[in-house]
Amino acid sequence: MSLEKKYQKEIKQILAKYPPEQKRSAVMPILYLAQREEGYVNKAAMQDIAKLLDITETEVASIIGFYSLYHDEKAGKYRMQVCNDLPCALRGADEFLNNLCGNLGIKVGETTADGLVTLEAVTCLAACDKAPMFQTQGPDGIKYHENMTIDKTLELIEALKRAEGEVK
Amino acid sequence: MKWSFIDNKNWPHYVVANADESEPGTFKDREIMESNPFQFLEGLALASYAVGATVAYIYLRGEFWQVAAFLDEKIAEMEKAGYLGDNLFGKDYSLKIFTHLGAGAYICGEETALLESLEGKRGQPRVRPPFPPSFGLYGKPTIINNVETFTNVPMILANGADWYKSMGTQDSAGVKIFSLSGRVRKPGNYELPFGTTFRQLIYEHGGGIQEGRPVKAIMAAGASSSIIVVDDKVLDTPMDYATVRTIGADLGSASVIVLDDTVDIDWVVNKTIHFFKHESCGKCTPCREGNYWMKNLTTRIHSGDGSKADVDLLLNVAKQMQGKCLCALGEFSTMAVVTGIERFPQDFKKVVKA
Repeated sequence: MSLEKKYQKEIKQILAKYPPEQKRSAVMPILYLAQREEGYVNKAAMQDIAKLLDITETEVASIIGFYSLYHDEKAGKYRMQVCNDLPCALRGADEFLNNLCGNLGIKVGETTADGLVTLEAVTCLAACDKAPMFQTQGPDGIKYHENMTIDKTLELIEALKRAEGEVK
Repeated sequence: MKWSFIDNKNWPHYVVANADESEPGTFKDREIMESNPFQFLEGLALASYAVGATVAYIYLRGEFWQVAAFLDEKIAEMEKAGYLGDNLFGKDYSLKIFTHLGAGAYICGEETALLESLEGKRGQPRVRPPFPPSFGLYGKPTIINNVETFTNVPMILANGADWYKSMGTQDSAGVKIFSLSGRVRKPGNYELPFGTTFRQLIYEHGGGIQEGRPVKAIMAAGASSSIIVVDDKVLDTPMDYATVRTIGADLGSASVIVLDDTVDIDWVVNKTIHFFKHESCGKCTPCREGNYWMKNLTTRIHSGDGSKADVDLLLNVAKQMQGKCLCALGEFSTMAVVTGIERFPQDFKKVVKA
Protein backbone atom coordinates (compact mmCIF):
# COMPACT_ATOMS: atom_id res chain seq x y z
CA MET A 1 0.00 0.00 0.00
CA SER A 2 1.28 3.46 -0.79
CA LEU A 3 2.22 5.74 2.05
CA GLU A 4 -0.49 8.17 0.98
CA LYS A 5 -3.22 5.53 1.31
CA LYS A 6 -1.90 4.08 4.53
CA TYR A 7 -1.64 7.39 6.38
CA GLN A 8 -4.31 9.34 4.52
CA LYS A 9 -5.58 11.21 7.56
CA GLU A 10 -2.16 12.01 9.03
CA ILE A 11 -0.79 13.25 5.70
CA LYS A 12 -3.80 15.50 5.19
CA GLN A 13 -3.27 17.01 8.64
CA ILE A 14 0.44 17.56 7.95
CA LEU A 15 -0.15 19.21 4.57
CA ALA A 16 -2.66 21.60 6.14
CA LYS A 17 0.13 23.20 8.17
CA TYR A 18 1.90 24.65 5.13
CA PRO A 19 0.85 26.85 2.19
CA PRO A 20 -0.42 24.61 -0.66
CA GLU A 21 2.36 25.80 -2.99
CA GLN A 22 4.98 24.97 -0.33
CA LYS A 23 4.06 21.36 0.33
CA ARG A 24 7.71 20.36 0.28
CA SER A 25 7.79 21.61 3.88
CA ALA A 26 5.87 18.46 4.77
CA VAL A 27 8.80 16.21 3.93
CA MET A 28 10.16 16.03 7.49
CA PRO A 29 6.91 15.11 9.27
CA ILE A 30 6.04 12.63 6.51
CA LEU A 31 9.47 10.97 6.85
CA TYR A 32 8.68 10.35 10.53
CA LEU A 33 5.46 8.64 9.43
CA ALA A 34 7.32 6.61 6.82
CA GLN A 35 9.74 5.12 9.32
CA ARG A 36 7.18 4.59 12.07
CA GLU A 37 6.61 0.87 11.48
CA GLU A 38 9.99 -0.46 10.46
CA GLY A 39 12.28 2.09 12.06
CA TYR A 40 13.70 3.15 8.72
CA VAL A 41 12.51 4.62 5.43
CA ASN A 42 12.39 2.02 2.67
CA LYS A 43 12.83 2.62 -1.03
CA ALA A 44 9.13 2.45 -1.87
CA ALA A 45 8.32 5.08 0.78
CA MET A 46 11.02 7.38 -0.62
CA GLN A 47 9.39 7.10 -4.05
CA ASP A 48 5.95 7.78 -2.58
CA ILE A 49 7.17 10.88 -0.78
CA ALA A 50 8.94 12.23 -3.85
CA LYS A 51 5.78 11.83 -5.90
CA LEU A 52 3.50 13.26 -3.24
CA LEU A 53 5.61 16.40 -2.74
CA ASP A 54 6.84 16.93 -6.31
CA ILE A 55 10.51 16.53 -5.45
CA THR A 56 13.05 14.01 -6.65
CA GLU A 57 13.90 10.78 -4.89
CA THR A 58 17.46 12.04 -4.59
CA GLU A 59 16.21 15.06 -2.67
CA VAL A 60 14.29 12.81 -0.28
CA ALA A 61 17.37 10.62 0.18
CA SER A 62 19.57 13.66 0.81
CA ILE A 63 17.26 14.79 3.59
CA ILE A 64 17.32 11.33 5.18
CA GLY A 65 21.10 11.42 5.01
CA PHE A 66 21.44 14.92 6.45
CA TYR A 67 19.39 14.50 9.63
CA SER A 68 20.41 12.12 12.43
CA LEU A 69 16.91 10.96 13.30
CA TYR A 70 16.04 9.52 9.88
CA HIS A 71 17.37 6.11 8.97
CA ASP A 72 17.64 4.17 5.75
CA GLU A 73 18.74 0.90 7.32
CA LYS A 74 17.05 -1.49 9.64
CA ALA A 75 18.18 -1.56 13.27
CA GLY A 76 16.70 -2.71 16.56
CA LYS A 77 13.07 -1.92 17.27
CA TYR A 78 14.26 0.74 19.71
CA ARG A 79 17.33 2.88 19.22
CA MET A 80 18.75 3.74 22.61
CA GLN A 81 20.68 6.97 22.03
CA VAL A 82 22.98 7.94 24.87
CA CYS A 83 24.36 11.48 24.94
CA ASN A 84 28.04 11.56 25.85
CA ASP A 85 28.88 15.12 24.92
CA LEU A 86 30.94 17.27 27.30
CA PRO A 87 28.37 18.22 29.99
CA CYS A 88 26.91 14.70 30.12
CA ALA A 89 30.41 13.20 30.23
CA LEU A 90 31.21 15.45 33.19
CA ARG A 91 28.36 13.67 34.95
CA GLY A 92 29.52 10.15 34.10
CA ALA A 93 27.93 9.51 30.69
CA ASP A 94 31.01 7.75 29.26
CA GLU A 95 31.20 5.31 32.18
CA PHE A 96 27.44 4.79 31.95
CA LEU A 97 27.68 3.97 28.24
CA ASN A 98 30.61 1.58 28.80
CA ASN A 99 28.80 -0.22 31.60
CA LEU A 100 25.68 -0.46 29.51
CA CYS A 101 27.68 -2.04 26.68
CA GLY A 102 29.07 -4.56 29.20
CA ASN A 103 25.66 -5.38 30.58
CA LEU A 104 24.03 -5.80 27.18
CA GLY A 105 27.02 -7.62 25.71
CA ILE A 106 27.13 -5.30 22.67
CA LYS A 107 29.25 -2.44 21.43
CA VAL A 108 28.04 1.03 20.51
CA GLY A 109 26.32 0.73 17.14
CA GLU A 110 25.31 -2.90 17.68
CA THR A 111 21.91 -4.49 18.30
CA THR A 112 20.92 -6.98 21.00
CA ALA A 113 20.47 -10.57 19.78
CA ASP A 114 16.68 -10.37 20.15
CA GLY A 115 16.59 -7.35 17.81
CA LEU A 116 15.01 -5.13 20.46
CA VAL A 117 17.66 -2.52 21.21
CA THR A 118 20.36 -0.80 19.14
CA LEU A 119 22.77 1.15 21.31
CA GLU A 120 24.05 4.47 19.92
CA ALA A 121 26.17 7.36 21.18
CA VAL A 122 24.74 10.69 20.07
CA THR A 123 25.50 14.39 20.37
CA CYS A 124 23.79 16.84 22.69
CA LEU A 125 20.16 16.17 23.61
CA ALA A 126 19.82 19.38 25.68
CA ALA A 127 19.40 17.64 29.02
CA CYS A 128 22.87 18.39 30.39
CA ASP A 129 21.67 18.76 33.99
CA LYS A 130 20.02 15.34 34.03
CA ALA A 131 22.84 13.09 32.79
CA PRO A 132 23.38 10.23 32.44
CA MET A 133 20.49 10.30 30.01
CA PHE A 134 19.37 8.86 26.71
CA GLN A 135 16.40 8.90 24.40
CA THR A 136 14.65 5.92 22.89
CA GLN A 137 13.54 6.21 19.29
CA GLY A 138 10.95 3.60 18.39
CA PRO A 139 7.51 3.00 16.92
CA ASP A 140 5.94 5.25 19.57
CA GLY A 141 8.18 8.20 18.78
CA ILE A 142 11.00 9.64 20.84
CA LYS A 143 11.13 9.55 24.63
CA TYR A 144 13.62 10.99 27.10
CA HIS A 145 15.01 9.00 30.03
CA GLU A 146 16.93 11.20 32.45
CA ASN A 147 19.05 10.77 35.58
CA MET A 148 19.51 7.16 34.56
CA THR A 149 21.40 4.33 36.24
CA ILE A 150 22.31 0.95 34.78
CA ASP A 151 19.64 -0.72 36.95
CA LYS A 152 16.91 1.67 35.81
CA THR A 153 17.99 1.16 32.19
CA LEU A 154 17.93 -2.63 32.43
CA GLU A 155 14.46 -2.40 34.01
CA LEU A 156 13.31 -0.25 31.09
CA ILE A 157 14.62 -2.84 28.62
CA GLU A 158 12.80 -5.60 30.52
CA ALA A 159 9.59 -3.57 30.34
CA LEU A 160 10.05 -3.14 26.57
CA LYS A 161 10.58 -6.90 26.27
CA ARG A 162 7.42 -7.65 28.21
CA ALA A 163 5.41 -5.23 26.06
CA GLU A 164 6.84 -6.95 23.00
CA GLY A 165 5.65 -10.34 24.34
CA GLU A 166 2.15 -8.96 24.82
CA VAL A 167 1.98 -7.61 21.29
CA LYS A 168 2.97 -10.97 19.85
CA MET B 1 14.73 45.11 17.96
CA LYS B 2 14.59 42.68 15.06
CA TRP B 3 10.87 43.18 14.66
CA SER B 4 11.23 46.75 13.41
CA PHE B 5 13.32 45.58 10.43
CA ILE B 6 10.48 43.65 8.86
CA ASP B 7 9.78 44.59 5.26
CA ASN B 8 6.25 45.99 5.11
CA LYS B 9 6.11 46.09 1.31
CA ASN B 10 6.29 42.32 0.96
CA TRP B 11 3.55 40.00 2.31
CA PRO B 12 2.67 37.64 3.93
CA HIS B 13 4.86 37.88 7.01
CA TYR B 14 5.85 34.90 9.13
CA VAL B 15 6.99 34.48 12.72
CA VAL B 16 9.11 31.49 13.68
CA ALA B 17 10.14 30.36 17.15
CA ASN B 18 13.54 28.74 17.30
CA ALA B 19 13.21 25.78 19.68
CA ASP B 20 16.10 23.85 18.21
CA GLU B 21 18.43 24.24 21.19
CA SER B 22 21.17 21.64 21.00
CA GLU B 23 24.35 23.30 22.14
CA PRO B 24 26.14 21.21 24.76
CA GLY B 25 25.45 23.05 28.02
CA THR B 26 22.18 24.68 26.89
CA PHE B 27 18.91 23.21 28.15
CA LYS B 28 16.54 26.06 28.98
CA ASP B 29 14.01 26.03 26.12
CA ARG B 30 12.52 22.65 26.92
CA GLU B 31 12.01 23.63 30.54
CA ILE B 32 10.37 26.90 29.52
CA MET B 33 8.01 25.19 27.08
CA GLU B 34 7.14 22.39 29.47
CA SER B 35 6.66 24.45 32.59
CA ASN B 36 5.42 27.73 31.13
CA PRO B 37 3.84 26.94 27.74
CA PHE B 38 1.20 29.65 27.73
CA GLN B 39 3.57 32.53 28.45
CA PHE B 40 5.71 31.34 25.53
CA LEU B 41 2.72 30.91 23.20
CA GLU B 42 1.32 34.29 24.24
CA GLY B 43 4.67 35.92 23.42
CA LEU B 44 4.66 34.24 20.04
CA ALA B 45 1.09 35.41 19.40
CA LEU B 46 1.94 38.99 20.43
CA ALA B 47 4.95 39.03 18.11
CA SER B 48 2.79 37.72 15.27
CA TYR B 49 0.19 40.42 15.88
CA ALA B 50 2.89 43.10 16.03
CA VAL B 51 4.22 42.26 12.57
CA GLY B 52 0.89 41.19 11.06
CA ALA B 53 1.75 37.52 10.63
CA THR B 54 -1.23 35.19 10.44
CA VAL B 55 0.82 32.00 10.62
CA ALA B 56 3.57 31.25 13.13
CA TYR B 57 5.71 28.13 13.30
CA ILE B 58 7.52 26.64 16.27
CA TYR B 59 10.55 24.76 14.97
CA LEU B 60 11.50 22.21 17.63
CA ARG B 61 14.46 19.89 17.46
CA GLY B 62 13.24 16.41 16.56
CA GLU B 63 14.25 15.05 19.93
CA PHE B 64 11.59 17.29 21.52
CA TRP B 65 8.89 14.95 20.21
CA GLN B 66 7.07 14.89 23.53
CA VAL B 67 7.33 18.67 23.93
CA ALA B 68 5.78 19.19 20.48
CA ALA B 69 2.85 16.93 21.38
CA PHE B 70 2.44 18.86 24.64
CA LEU B 71 2.48 22.24 22.82
CA ASP B 72 -0.04 20.93 20.27
CA GLU B 73 -2.40 20.25 23.18
CA LYS B 74 -1.86 23.73 24.60
CA ILE B 75 -2.38 25.35 21.18
CA ALA B 76 -5.67 23.44 20.85
CA GLU B 77 -6.72 24.69 24.29
CA MET B 78 -5.98 28.26 23.23
CA GLU B 79 -7.97 27.81 20.03
CA LYS B 80 -10.89 26.49 22.03
CA ALA B 81 -10.70 29.42 24.41
CA GLY B 82 -10.70 31.89 21.50
CA TYR B 83 -7.10 33.10 21.94
CA LEU B 84 -5.97 31.64 18.62
CA GLY B 85 -7.91 31.24 15.38
CA ASP B 86 -10.08 33.58 13.33
CA ASN B 87 -11.16 37.14 14.18
CA LEU B 88 -9.37 37.26 17.48
CA PHE B 89 -10.87 39.53 20.14
CA GLY B 90 -13.37 40.84 17.61
CA LYS B 91 -10.62 42.21 15.39
CA ASP B 92 -9.96 41.53 11.75
CA TYR B 93 -6.97 39.43 12.70
CA SER B 94 -6.47 35.66 12.60
CA LEU B 95 -3.55 33.59 13.80
CA LYS B 96 -2.59 29.96 13.53
CA ILE B 97 0.40 28.44 15.34
CA PHE B 98 1.92 25.17 14.10
CA THR B 99 4.68 23.00 15.54
CA HIS B 100 7.30 21.56 13.18
CA LEU B 101 9.83 18.94 14.26
CA GLY B 102 13.41 18.97 13.06
CA ALA B 103 15.32 15.71 13.01
CA GLY B 104 18.62 16.02 14.79
CA ALA B 105 20.87 18.72 13.36
CA TYR B 106 22.49 21.36 15.60
CA ILE B 107 23.02 23.62 12.61
CA CYS B 108 19.25 24.17 12.33
CA GLY B 109 19.56 26.45 15.36
CA GLU B 110 21.23 28.90 12.94
CA GLU B 111 18.27 30.93 11.75
CA THR B 112 18.70 30.66 8.01
CA ALA B 113 19.49 26.93 8.23
CA LEU B 114 16.33 26.57 10.30
CA LEU B 115 14.32 28.27 7.54
CA GLU B 116 15.82 25.98 4.90
CA SER B 117 14.88 23.01 7.05
CA LEU B 118 11.35 24.32 7.56
CA GLU B 119 11.07 24.63 3.78
CA GLY B 120 11.79 20.89 3.53
CA LYS B 121 15.45 21.07 2.58
CA ARG B 122 18.72 20.12 4.19
CA GLY B 123 19.41 22.53 7.01
CA GLN B 124 22.32 24.51 5.60
CA PRO B 125 22.80 28.23 6.31
CA ARG B 126 22.06 30.76 3.60
CA VAL B 127 24.47 33.40 2.47
CA ARG B 128 23.48 36.68 4.13
CA PRO B 129 22.40 39.37 3.41
CA PRO B 130 19.49 39.28 2.76
CA PHE B 131 18.42 38.68 6.34
CA PRO B 132 15.16 36.99 7.38
CA PRO B 133 13.20 40.22 8.13
CA SER B 134 13.37 40.95 4.39
CA PHE B 135 13.88 37.43 2.95
CA GLY B 136 12.90 34.65 5.32
CA LEU B 137 10.57 31.67 5.18
CA TYR B 138 9.49 31.00 1.57
CA GLY B 139 11.36 34.18 0.68
CA LYS B 140 8.91 36.27 2.74
CA PRO B 141 9.72 38.70 5.59
CA THR B 142 10.15 36.62 8.73
CA ILE B 143 10.88 37.24 12.39
CA ILE B 144 12.80 34.50 14.17
CA ASN B 145 13.54 34.60 17.89
CA ASN B 146 14.25 31.92 20.38
CA VAL B 147 11.90 30.55 22.98
CA GLU B 148 13.31 32.58 25.85
CA THR B 149 12.90 35.87 23.96
CA PHE B 150 9.24 35.24 23.08
CA THR B 151 8.55 34.15 26.64
CA ASN B 152 9.87 37.48 27.97
CA VAL B 153 7.48 39.51 25.81
CA PRO B 154 4.18 39.24 27.76
CA MET B 155 5.75 40.33 31.06
CA ILE B 156 7.58 43.25 29.46
CA LEU B 157 4.40 44.45 27.76
CA ALA B 158 2.36 44.08 30.93
CA ASN B 159 4.87 45.76 33.27
CA GLY B 160 6.66 48.11 30.91
CA ALA B 161 10.19 48.32 29.64
CA ASP B 162 11.29 50.37 32.66
CA TRP B 163 10.28 47.56 34.97
CA TYR B 164 12.38 45.12 32.92
CA LYS B 165 15.32 47.51 32.79
CA SER B 166 15.17 47.95 36.58
CA MET B 167 16.74 44.46 36.73
CA GLY B 168 20.15 43.49 35.50
CA THR B 169 22.97 45.89 34.67
CA GLN B 170 23.35 49.00 32.57
CA ASP B 171 24.96 46.94 29.80
CA SER B 172 22.57 43.99 29.93
CA ALA B 173 19.05 44.77 31.06
CA GLY B 174 16.72 42.31 32.70
CA VAL B 175 17.00 38.70 33.67
CA LYS B 176 18.49 35.65 32.01
CA ILE B 177 18.04 31.95 32.44
CA PHE B 178 21.48 30.61 33.32
CA SER B 179 21.89 26.93 32.47
CA LEU B 180 24.41 25.54 34.94
CA SER B 181 26.04 22.17 34.24
CA GLY B 182 29.23 20.21 34.77
CA ARG B 183 30.80 19.39 38.10
CA VAL B 184 28.39 21.35 40.32
CA ARG B 185 26.25 19.71 42.98
CA LYS B 186 22.95 21.15 41.72
CA PRO B 187 22.98 21.63 37.96
CA GLY B 188 19.89 23.20 36.43
CA ASN B 189 18.29 26.38 35.11
CA TYR B 190 18.43 29.47 37.28
CA GLU B 191 16.62 32.66 36.25
CA LEU B 192 18.68 35.51 37.70
CA PRO B 193 19.35 39.16 36.95
CA PHE B 194 22.23 39.94 34.61
CA GLY B 195 25.16 40.90 36.79
CA THR B 196 24.93 37.90 39.10
CA THR B 197 28.51 36.70 39.64
CA PHE B 198 29.88 33.30 38.65
CA ARG B 199 30.50 32.66 42.35
CA GLN B 200 26.87 33.32 43.28
CA LEU B 201 25.64 31.08 40.46
CA ILE B 202 28.00 28.21 41.24
CA TYR B 203 28.05 28.32 45.05
CA GLU B 204 24.78 29.93 46.18
CA HIS B 205 22.53 28.41 43.54
CA GLY B 206 24.50 25.45 42.25
CA GLY B 207 25.47 24.18 45.71
CA GLY B 208 29.21 24.35 45.00
CA ILE B 209 31.46 21.76 43.40
CA GLN B 210 31.15 18.02 43.88
CA GLU B 211 33.40 16.74 46.70
CA GLY B 212 34.21 20.35 47.55
CA ARG B 213 36.90 20.52 44.86
CA PRO B 214 38.16 23.81 43.36
CA VAL B 215 36.90 25.22 40.06
CA LYS B 216 39.59 24.96 37.42
CA ALA B 217 37.84 26.48 34.41
CA ILE B 218 34.52 27.76 33.15
CA MET B 219 32.89 27.73 29.74
CA ALA B 220 30.29 30.50 29.91
CA ALA B 221 28.47 29.88 26.62
CA GLY B 222 28.36 26.11 26.25
CA ALA B 223 30.63 24.20 23.91
CA SER B 224 31.06 27.37 21.80
CA SER B 225 32.95 29.09 24.60
CA SER B 226 36.43 30.24 25.25
CA ILE B 227 37.69 28.30 28.24
CA ILE B 228 38.26 30.71 31.14
CA VAL B 229 41.06 30.09 33.65
CA VAL B 230 39.37 30.54 37.00
CA ASP B 231 40.70 32.52 39.94
CA ASP B 232 38.97 34.62 42.62
CA LYS B 233 38.68 37.60 40.29
CA VAL B 234 36.90 35.53 37.66
CA LEU B 235 34.53 34.01 40.21
CA ASP B 236 33.57 37.51 41.34
CA THR B 237 32.95 38.73 37.78
CA PRO B 238 29.35 39.89 37.20
CA MET B 239 27.75 38.00 34.35
CA ASP B 240 26.68 40.58 31.81
CA TYR B 241 27.77 40.74 28.19
CA ALA B 242 30.27 43.59 28.55
CA THR B 243 31.96 42.44 31.75
CA VAL B 244 32.41 38.83 30.69
CA ARG B 245 34.21 40.14 27.60
CA THR B 246 36.82 41.74 29.87
CA ILE B 247 37.90 38.29 31.11
CA GLY B 248 38.46 36.98 27.59
CA ALA B 249 35.14 35.23 26.98
CA ASP B 250 31.57 35.74 25.86
CA LEU B 251 28.43 35.16 27.88
CA GLY B 252 26.45 34.11 24.77
CA SER B 253 23.62 31.80 25.74
CA ALA B 254 24.70 31.91 29.42
CA SER B 255 25.20 28.15 29.44
CA VAL B 256 27.78 27.82 32.17
CA ILE B 257 29.77 24.57 32.13
CA VAL B 258 31.91 24.20 35.24
CA LEU B 259 35.14 22.18 35.14
CA ASP B 260 36.91 21.18 38.37
CA ASP B 261 40.57 20.31 38.96
CA THR B 262 40.07 16.65 37.96
CA VAL B 263 39.25 17.64 34.36
CA ASP B 264 41.97 17.68 31.69
CA ILE B 265 41.54 20.42 29.11
CA ASP B 266 42.86 18.27 26.23
CA TRP B 267 39.91 15.96 26.96
CA VAL B 268 37.48 18.93 26.98
CA VAL B 269 38.81 20.09 23.61
CA ASN B 270 38.49 16.58 22.19
CA LYS B 271 34.89 16.36 23.40
CA THR B 272 33.88 19.73 21.95
CA ILE B 273 35.48 18.98 18.60
CA HIS B 274 33.78 15.58 18.48
CA PHE B 275 30.53 17.53 18.70
CA PHE B 276 31.34 20.18 16.08
CA LYS B 277 32.78 17.64 13.65
CA HIS B 278 29.51 15.70 13.86
CA GLU B 279 27.34 18.82 13.50
CA SER B 280 29.22 20.69 10.77
CA CYS B 281 26.72 20.86 7.90
CA GLY B 282 29.37 20.49 5.22
CA LYS B 283 28.40 23.53 3.15
CA CYS B 284 31.52 25.64 3.60
CA THR B 285 35.00 24.21 3.27
CA PRO B 286 36.80 25.77 6.27
CA CYS B 287 34.31 24.30 8.74
CA ARG B 288 33.85 20.93 7.03
CA GLU B 289 37.55 20.23 6.48
CA GLY B 290 38.78 22.14 9.51
CA ASN B 291 36.67 20.17 11.92
CA TYR B 292 37.63 16.91 10.24
CA TRP B 293 41.31 17.63 10.80
CA MET B 294 40.82 19.10 14.26
CA LYS B 295 38.99 15.90 15.22
CA ASN B 296 41.84 13.73 13.96
CA LEU B 297 44.39 15.84 15.82
CA THR B 298 42.52 16.16 19.13
CA THR B 299 41.83 12.42 19.13
CA ARG B 300 45.50 11.63 18.55
CA ILE B 301 46.65 14.11 21.18
CA HIS B 302 44.16 12.93 23.78
CA SER B 303 45.03 9.27 23.16
CA GLY B 304 48.66 10.03 24.07
CA ASP B 305 50.02 9.36 20.56
CA GLY B 306 50.41 13.03 19.70
CA SER B 307 53.48 15.20 19.60
CA LYS B 308 54.11 18.86 20.31
CA ALA B 309 53.99 19.44 16.56
CA ASP B 310 50.43 18.07 16.53
CA VAL B 311 49.38 20.61 19.14
CA ASP B 312 50.97 23.41 17.09
CA LEU B 313 49.23 22.15 13.96
CA LEU B 314 45.89 21.94 15.78
CA LEU B 315 46.22 25.54 16.91
CA ASN B 316 47.20 26.55 13.39
CA VAL B 317 44.18 24.82 11.80
CA ALA B 318 41.81 26.46 14.30
CA LYS B 319 43.27 29.92 13.66
CA GLN B 320 43.12 29.39 9.90
CA MET B 321 39.40 28.73 10.21
CA GLN B 322 38.63 31.88 12.18
CA GLY B 323 36.87 34.57 10.19
CA LYS B 324 36.44 32.31 7.15
CA CYS B 325 33.33 30.26 7.89
CA LEU B 326 29.87 30.83 6.44
CA CYS B 327 28.12 30.82 9.80
CA ALA B 328 28.88 30.95 13.49
CA LEU B 329 29.18 27.17 13.92
CA GLY B 330 32.60 27.03 12.31
CA GLU B 331 33.74 30.05 14.26
CA PHE B 332 32.50 28.58 17.55
CA SER B 333 34.21 25.26 16.93
CA THR B 334 37.62 26.92 17.22
CA MET B 335 37.02 28.71 20.54
CA ALA B 336 37.75 25.85 22.95
CA VAL B 337 40.69 24.70 20.82
CA VAL B 338 42.48 28.04 20.69
CA THR B 339 41.82 29.11 24.27
CA GLY B 340 42.41 25.59 25.61
CA ILE B 341 45.86 25.34 24.06
CA GLU B 342 46.86 28.94 24.79
CA ARG B 343 45.57 29.12 28.36
CA PHE B 344 46.20 25.55 29.55
CA PRO B 345 49.51 24.60 27.87
CA GLN B 346 50.48 22.31 30.75
CA ASP B 347 47.48 20.04 30.09
CA PHE B 348 48.68 19.47 26.54
CA LYS B 349 52.35 19.14 27.47
CA LYS B 350 51.37 16.37 29.85
CA VAL B 351 49.84 14.13 27.20
CA VAL B 352 52.10 14.59 24.19
CA LYS B 353 55.42 12.96 23.42
CA ALA B 354 58.33 15.40 23.40
